[in-house]
Amino acid sequence: MNQQNPAKGHPSQDLAAPDGQAGVPTHFTDPGHPEHQPRQSDLHPAANKRAERQVVLLFAVSVLGTIGFLVAYFAVPPGETVASMRQSNLLLGLGLFLGMFGIGAAVVHWAKSLMNSEEKAEDRHTLRSSDETRAAAVEMLREGAQDSAIGRRGVLKGAMVSALLLAPLTVVVPLVGNVGEDWDVSKFKSTMWRKGMKLTIDPSGRPIKASDLTIGSVFHVIPEGLEDTEHPLDEKAKAVVLLIRLDPRDLTEAEDRKGWSYDGIVAYSKICTHVGCPVALYEQQTHHLLCPCHQSTFDVADGAKVLFGPAKRPLPQLPIEVDDEGYLIAQSDFTEPVGPSFWERLK
Amino acid sequence: MTTTTPSGGARAAGATADYLDQRTGIAAAVKGLSRKIFPDHWSFMLGEIALYSFVVLLISGVFLTAFFVPSMAETEYDGPWAAMNGVPMSEAFASTLRLSFEVRGGLLMRQVHHWAALLFMAAIVTHMMRVFFTGAFRKPRELNWLIGFTLMILGLVAGFTGYSLPDDVLSGNGLRITDGIVMAVPVIGTYLSYWIFGGEFPGQDLIPRLFTIHVLLVPALILALIGAHLFLVFLQKHTQYPGGGRTDKNVVGYPLFPIYAAKAGGFFFIVFGVIALMAATMSINPVWNYGPYDPSPVSSGAQPDWYMLFLDGAVRLMPGQTEFVIAGFTLSLNVLVPAMVVPGVLFGVLALYPFIEAFATGDKRVHNVLDRPRNVPFRTATGVSVLSAFIVLILSGANDIIADHFSLSINDITWTLRVLLFVVPAIAFWVTKRICLGLQRKDRELVLHGHETGRIVRFAHGEYIEVHKPLSDEERWLRVNYDAHAPLQIAPAHDSRGVRRKGYRRDLLRQRVSRTFFEDRVEPVTPAELAAAHAHGAHDALESAEPHGGHEAVGAATEAPLVGGAVSGGGRRLADHDDDLGSDTRNY
Amino acid sequence: MKALATRRRSRFAPTALLLLALLITGGLYAALAPSTATATASVATASDVELGMKLFQANCATCHGMNAQGSEGVPSLIGVGAAAVDFQVSTGRMPMQANGPQAPAKTPQFNEEQTAQLAAYVASLGAGPAIPTDEEIDGSQGDVANGMALFRTNCAMCHNAVGAGGALSGGKYAPALWDTSARNIYQAMLTGPQSMPVFNDNVLTAEEKRDVISYVEAQRSGSPGGADLGAIGPVSEGLWVWVVGMGLLLGCAVWIGAKSS
Repeated sequence: MNQQNPAKGHPSQDLAAPDGQAGVPTHFTDPGHPEHQPRQSDLHPAANKRAERQVVLLFAVSVLGTIGFLVAYFAVPPGETVASMRQSNLLLGLGLFLGMFGIGAAVVHWAKSLMNSEEKAEDRHTLRSSDETRAAAVEMLREGAQDSAIGRRGVLKGAMVSALLLAPLTVVVPLVGNVGEDWDVSKFKSTMWRKGMKLTIDPSGRPIKASDLTIGSVFHVIPEGLEDTEHPLDEKAKAVVLLIRLDPRDLTEAEDRKGWSYDGIVAYSKICTHVGCPVALYEQQTHHLLCPCHQSTFDVADGAKVLFGPAKRPLPQLPIEVDDEGYLIAQSDFTEPVGPSFWERLK
Repeated sequence: MTTTTPSGGARAAGATADYLDQRTGIAAAVKGLSRKIFPDHWSFMLGEIALYSFVVLLISGVFLTAFFVPSMAETEYDGPWAAMNGVPMSEAFASTLRLSFEVRGGLLMRQVHHWAALLFMAAIVTHMMRVFFTGAFRKPRELNWLIGFTLMILGLVAGFTGYSLPDDVLSGNGLRITDGIVMAVPVIGTYLSYWIFGGEFPGQDLIPRLFTIHVLLVPALILALIGAHLFLVFLQKHTQYPGGGRTDKNVVGYPLFPIYAAKAGGFFFIVFGVIALMAATMSINPVWNYGPYDPSPVSSGAQPDWYMLFLDGAVRLMPGQTEFVIAGFTLSLNVLVPAMVVPGVLFGVLALYPFIEAFATGDKRVHNVLDRPRNVPFRTATGVSVLSAFIVLILSGANDIIADHFSLSINDITWTLRVLLFVVPAIAFWVTKRICLGLQRKDRELVLHGHETGRIVRFAHGEYIEVHKPLSDEERWLRVNYDAHAPLQIAPAHDSRGVRRKGYRRDLLRQRVSRTFFEDRVEPVTPAELAAAHAHGAHDALESAEPHGGHEAVGAATEAPLVGGAVSGGGRRLADHDDDLGSDTRNY
Repeated sequence: MKALATRRRSRFAPTALLLLALLITGGLYAALAPSTATATASVATASDVELGMKLFQANCATCHGMNAQGSEGVPSLIGVGAAAVDFQVSTGRMPMQANGPQAPAKTPQFNEEQTAQLAAYVASLGAGPAIPTDEEIDGSQGDVANGMALFRTNCAMCHNAVGAGGALSGGKYAPALWDTSARNIYQAMLTGPQSMPVFNDNVLTAEEKRDVISYVEAQRSGSPGGADLGAIGPVSEGLWVWVVGMGLLLGCAVWIGAKSS
């Protein structure tokens, strides 16, 4: 490959080589470091003295800040009200601010106004080792390799590599093996909803009657007996449901889901099919359900189909009916996995 | 030990130094380091902001660990915050409330910690921008760029794990989104989810696990890498801005002791002070507003901290139609693309940029003098372009806040941002490149013709001209002392015997990359051009003095004459004026 | 104690006593006032209905129809009750000024008396939720912790965790609750205006609604940590860390790096 010669294509900066034609150099010359400009404090003793006083003053500000912090710490308890907590936090914080900032400003001002302001130049040394050093290093490694005779002992080498590769498994296998608990990922496919389970209000657990819903009202629903399960939060994370009553005339239902609602009351999983946020912003006029995390919008009046946003699938519907006492109950679990998509969700 | 007489103090110091040196040989290190020179510039302090934020994070973090209980065991709150009384919650959340409301100074320390974390990331990003735009990542600092890049990633991990620790609804929904993203990974998604959460989300194990990562693993890694980062800065010495007397072979500035130590040490206290001021006056992450984690509630304005906002924004923008079912298996590209591919590309380009640029320039030299951003238009334009994409994604992450505060439709905003994500970086690239080239031409003009003085002179034959004042050596040096890289030339595909050359394809690729980088460029003024500009009838001299080695490499490409022509044309036109000016000023 | 004794003899004592007396009177009035207010609110005379009808026909009938029966895209007002009318009119949402994604709150067009007359007229058209009593909306009697639990499950997703408001789809929004009166909050829950779902007494009982009001009112004393930055979460925090944090520190860095004269 023919690269440009750096020395030719990119002239070195501090040389002014005459190009021979008319005595005009090919490059400009470095004018060198600009002359040092003395400061007021270098020239006038009064300015110097003033700067020193300012530094002392800034240190004094810091001392006062620290004292203020300590006074606030002992004399101003956070108390029980928002106002008293805010006051305590403000006074402590201002004390800390002055205590720290005072030191910083003092030291910097000192350095800027009183310490020697003349810039100095220092040579850089090439990082690359000299050729002799490199050769010596290579020689040393070669000698070492010879001493160990690793080149000639193939089986030994293989054994060592195998041992070193295998040994970490003693740590990795238990780590990976244990942290996933039972690894029963099929749990993603079902929730605790069962036939006949009552729909109850989140978080009070009050059962819901169909007559409790007026058109346009929404219940955030958990299954009956959620608190008695082994891990209520794990179950709740899958089982939360949004119960909505629409005017039955507004409702479009698929043929196979005709029996899943009751008199305009529909129940949909509250877990977004995108990445699992609770979808809960119900707009009762448009029947849109909006996810506050990524704005996926679902049409509750039409099978919770996606109208907008990053979700693809409709929210799973919970088939519901009414028991003898008028309470809303589930007909079964969801007929598909709730929540975000995963590789084997349809298997 | 110490006495009031100075000789006593000096004796004590001497004895201590002797004691230490006999055991460590520290005098050699002091000799080598104490007067080491550091260049002074405000933009060199950005990394320090990050470093000092990290120290503040360690200090306040130690305070917090004294009171925080990393446990998901259920408890019931009973304390001064009435809205939480009797509410069942995890120990983690309850202890966060306790340390905020009942520990004196606890709320302040919590706010210091969180503000410092946001500042840490802001400073890292700004520092990276400075390093990028000035070309400080060039040889020999490519490795330090990679270390810095890794530190940024670790900062993201530290921030995210810490944000989730209080176990509140806001961060809990963030974790739930993380779970959703992890589950979208093909084949092993559900297993990864189990691995992270110890079974089903949210499980019982996450907070203690995050705690260990947050207070042990990540800080230890960050500390170690900061050590390596600073060691390399010491070893390689700091870069410096171009200027008189500053070369690749020296470093101009102030000695470490006392000036640099005072400025840098003082800056630590300033950073701590500013963080304290923020913590004193501005509320941050009020978890008591969100309540303990529960999978059912959610609050509008559900966003992560700012440094993760671009990811959330990408996830918001992606249309949902991109989820597919293939042979019964679900492939959620609507999640994978924004959450994995977008950051992968963004971070990949960022990490590898020094190597891509080195490939394009073929430059193997050591660089210690920084570039002025205008002098490397392609790099500057690329940086601004990536940055603009980053900002569009951040705005997308805040689309609901924007909609609410500016009374706009969230659907319109999302659609607009979907388009802007592609349009803005392209425009930003083009505009930035043009601005850079324009500034370079402005520099040329200044060098060739000097400053306008506003003094108008009339000639005897009636012509008016404005008198120009030549630049000082220092001013001129700043504007002419740079390399305008030209596209690389490569050897022909076939050698003299007509045999196809090995490695030709690679060279061809390299030439293409190089051309993309450097086909538009403005060469620095040469002394010959300046002389020509000052002399009468110097057009021919000017033409021949243009050292456009790269133009032949570009061949018939139209851009080369365009730029070169514009420059030399401009030079000619202005030189005409200057002819008169030159004679004129001489006459005066 | 001694200080108190001295102060009792001071010349300001009569003034202080007078102030105390006024305070007690005011407190008593405040305690007793609700019952009288309830009495006036609940009694709607026939003339109120009559006057309300006139106001309705002059100001509302263009959209809602002469008999409030509604039309295409305009809801019927028969059976919406006095609470809905009081909410819409007293917050200025009705009458609407222009068509838009939703009717914004603005300065009310009618005074309290006219609003009451309109409410009386609409209430006379069909049974619906009545204007709540002062007892029902008295946040000080609510349980703020229960209010928090209910608010975050039922309200926070639209109105934000502390009622700072938030965006809905297509330019609609859930308004901030900082300045909303307790009566309007209660009525909104009860009647579900515009996009808002209906929280009837089965979804949130009367006591639960009062708990919610109690929680919303508690949020008005701000944040213990300082300025609440709009209480909209990490976006504004991120904005401020750049503006204030990076702003101040860059300023300091420029100062440190600048050559002093």
